[in-house]
Amino acid sequence: MKGGTEQNGGIDFPRWNSPPGNERVISKRPLERMPLPKTVYCFVHQNLGAPPKLLCEPGDKVKTGQVIAEPCGKVSVPLHAPVTGTVKEIIKMMHPAQKKKLDVIVIERTAEDEWQLMPSIDFTTAGREELYQRILDAGIVGLGGAAFPTHVKYNTTLVKPADLVIINGAECEPYLTIDHRLMLEKGEEILNGLRILMKIAGAKKGIIGIETNKPDAIDNMRKMASHDDHIDVIGVKTKYPQGAEKQLIYTTTRRKVPVGGLPIDIGVVMNNVGTAVATSQAVTNGMPLIERGVTITGEGINNPKNVMVRIGTPISELIQYAGGYKGEPEKVIAGGPMTGPALTSTETPVMKSTSGILVLPKPDKAPRPSKPCINCNQCVEVCPMALEPNFLVKLCEAKKYNDAVEMNLFSCIECGACAYICPARIDHVKTYQLAKRVYNTLKGRK
Amino acid sequence: MAQIFPSASAPHIRTSDSVSKIMLDVLIALIPAVIVSVFVFGWSALVLCLMGVIVAEALELFIMKVLRKKKDFIPDGSAAVTGLLLAMNMPAGFPWYLFIIGILVAIGLGKHVYGGLGSNPFNPALVGRIFLVISFPAAMSNYYKPGIWKTIDSLSTAASPVVTGATPMGLLKEGGLQNALQNHTYMDMFLGNTGGALGEVCALALIIGFVYLLVKKHVSWHIPVAYIGTVLVISSVFYLINPDQYGTPLYHLLGGGLMLGALFMATDMVTSPSTVKGSLIYGMGCGIITMLIRIAGALPEGVAFSILIMNAVKPLIDRWTRRRPFGALKKEAQ
Repeated sequence: MKGGTEQNGGIDFPRWNSPPGNERVISKRPLERMPLPKTVYCFVHQNLGAPPKLLCEPGDKVKTGQVIAEPCGKVSVPLHAPVTGTVKEIIKMMHPAQKKKLDVIVIERTAEDEWQLMPSIDFTTAGREELYQRILDAGIVGLGGAAFPTHVKYNTTLVKPADLVIINGAECEPYLTIDHRLMLEKGEEILNGLRILMKIAGAKKGIIGIETNKPDAIDNMRKMASHDDHIDVIGVKTKYPQGAEKQLIYTTTRRKVPVGGLPIDIGVVMNNVGTAVATSQAVTNGMPLIERGVTITGEGINNPKNVMVRIGTPISELIQYAGGYKGEPEKVIAGGPMTGPALTSTETPVMKSTSGILVLPKPDKAPRPSKPCINCNQCVEVCPMALEPNFLVKLCEAKKYNDAVEMNLFSCIECGACAYICPARIDHVKTYQLAKRVYNTLKGRK
Repeated sequence: MAQIFPSASAPHIRTSDSVSKIMLDVLIALIPAVIVSVFVFGWSALVLCLMGVIVAEALELFIMKVLRKKKDFIPDGSAAVTGLLLAMNMPAGFPWYLFIIGILVAIGLGKHVYGGLGSNPFNPALVGRIFLVISFPAAMSNYYKPGIWKTIDSLSTAASPVVTGATPMGLLKEGGLQNALQNHTYMDMFLGNTGGALGEVCALALIIGFVYLLVKKHVSWHIPVAYIGTVLVISSVFYLINPDQYGTPLYHLLGGGLMLGALFMATDMVTSPSTVKGSLIYGMGCGIITMLIRIAGALPEGVAFSILIMNAVKPLIDRWTRRRPFGALKKEAQ
């Protein structure tokens, strides 16, 4: 199958970044396995939804892969020790996404890995329930950045099968190259992961959607999937936010997720390529989610790299591993530049959601101050959800939250396209996030 | 080694585009029209244009810094655009003191009483123009005869202040099409060799400027095409009824302020609708009202009024033409 449907709106980024910020260059750098850290810092709350319940206390000896926190509620996953060592203490640290101080398990590594793995499963013969239970037990969450528990997406498929599982290899955020690397080096695991997920979903068909700015990844995946009639590799246009769930579903299948609905409503489940790799490892090797791929990149880094790293490694160690800062850093971002939260401290550890570490250097000029909106309409043109950000942001600023919700504030996926393109430099996303929080709080109180 | 950073919200990269760059591009787009006006009407045209830019910017700086006490205000060029567009709406040789009053009204009453940039419901330059038309009708209809292309040797005196000439739309209203076409050809109207306001005489220069804005993606084609298309359709109907009284569609297209209005005034970002559907409705509304005034009104020309009236309707059009979000059902099931 060739090409895809055009998405709504979207941004064509200028190919602004010369090396080393350049994705074309960084994506050529093979995955490296980072040396094991001395100390790991594991946020108990790594997944979207409810935090798991702590199972260890200071002084406990843990093995690599041992459960250190058990799921609590339906939208929750267990957490596993990423190294072998001793639990030193439980401290509080600033959580980059939740923006508050939360519990962190500090584990001092005492030895090389002593593995505590789950039994391996042959997915071709295993039952669907068994596979479903395994992705839950392995603590697998969406590795694209949202960290939504993967098994929850398949909750209903055991009863009512989905038609289709899509693996998201779009990697539409500028700078990030980790998914690109995974598709080049771990293609077989991605395909196996997809087959496992298709089995759990009861789906007959699998699709891998990749932006056409990664022709080598498309070729590699096509070659590997060529003998499998159930799997299609589709090249989609390079246009941000192509990798957003609803957008990629539309461009690969022409199906639209209804407003307020979920992909499963139209028979689709979507997972990231990293999630597919983790799924394959959890099933065939019995390995829980204790490491992930991370791109360390940006103009503010000496030697950008793609690495496999244990969850809980402090980000300062990743920065050091990549040659340290180049010049004076202005921001360190967990994830891509469009949606990733800026870290307030480099002590923050790698989490299940950390797809990249982006270091931006201090710009030569101070940023322009923001101006009033002149209704230039560029935000309306780029909005992938076909909203009207120009009006929405004014309603939110005027605290007219009910009117904003009526104008589909909650359809906003916070991709940042409007704020990126705004010549008046208005902070749309920040305003929407605040408005959503205030609206939900006020509604909860009623 | 931990390093502490101030918190910042995504996105962390931004376009290099800015409000002042957009305004600068609009000014650049008007340069062809300014050059033609100097050729047609002499140096006094350039004086008016420069005066418009400088006085409007100075006035805005004064209003923002002194009256509104915005100490960190940095000029963005939007006042210069208003000033230049107002100059484009003046007849050559318009008294400078009246012109300054026009700028005061445009920037003060048209823009800053509503809250300044982005908050004005009406196109400020048109507010200034209409104020002058109503307050000083004699001075505003005292048009120079076009000079150049006949007496190119004496550029500075090309436009003789003694002789005043009527505009194409005025001639049509007074004596009919045949009479009007004795004064100028269609080619004269296309190139600017007719009487009229500085910026409206040369359709070619305006089109060149507009294409520049299109290429720079600061405007879309929807409003001008809907506006001009509507004028063509209505004038065609009346042409079939009585060609001599109502003129040809081409005459309506090239004569008067239609090109300036449709390409540069109706497309003002702040005062025009945001959606494609809204832009088409807005452009058609402008076209209908323009033709209504040209055909049935007492005035020879109706572009300025029609745009101001549609400015007033703009919020309503926005409300009518809300976009359906991605994934919304075709008709809201209720």
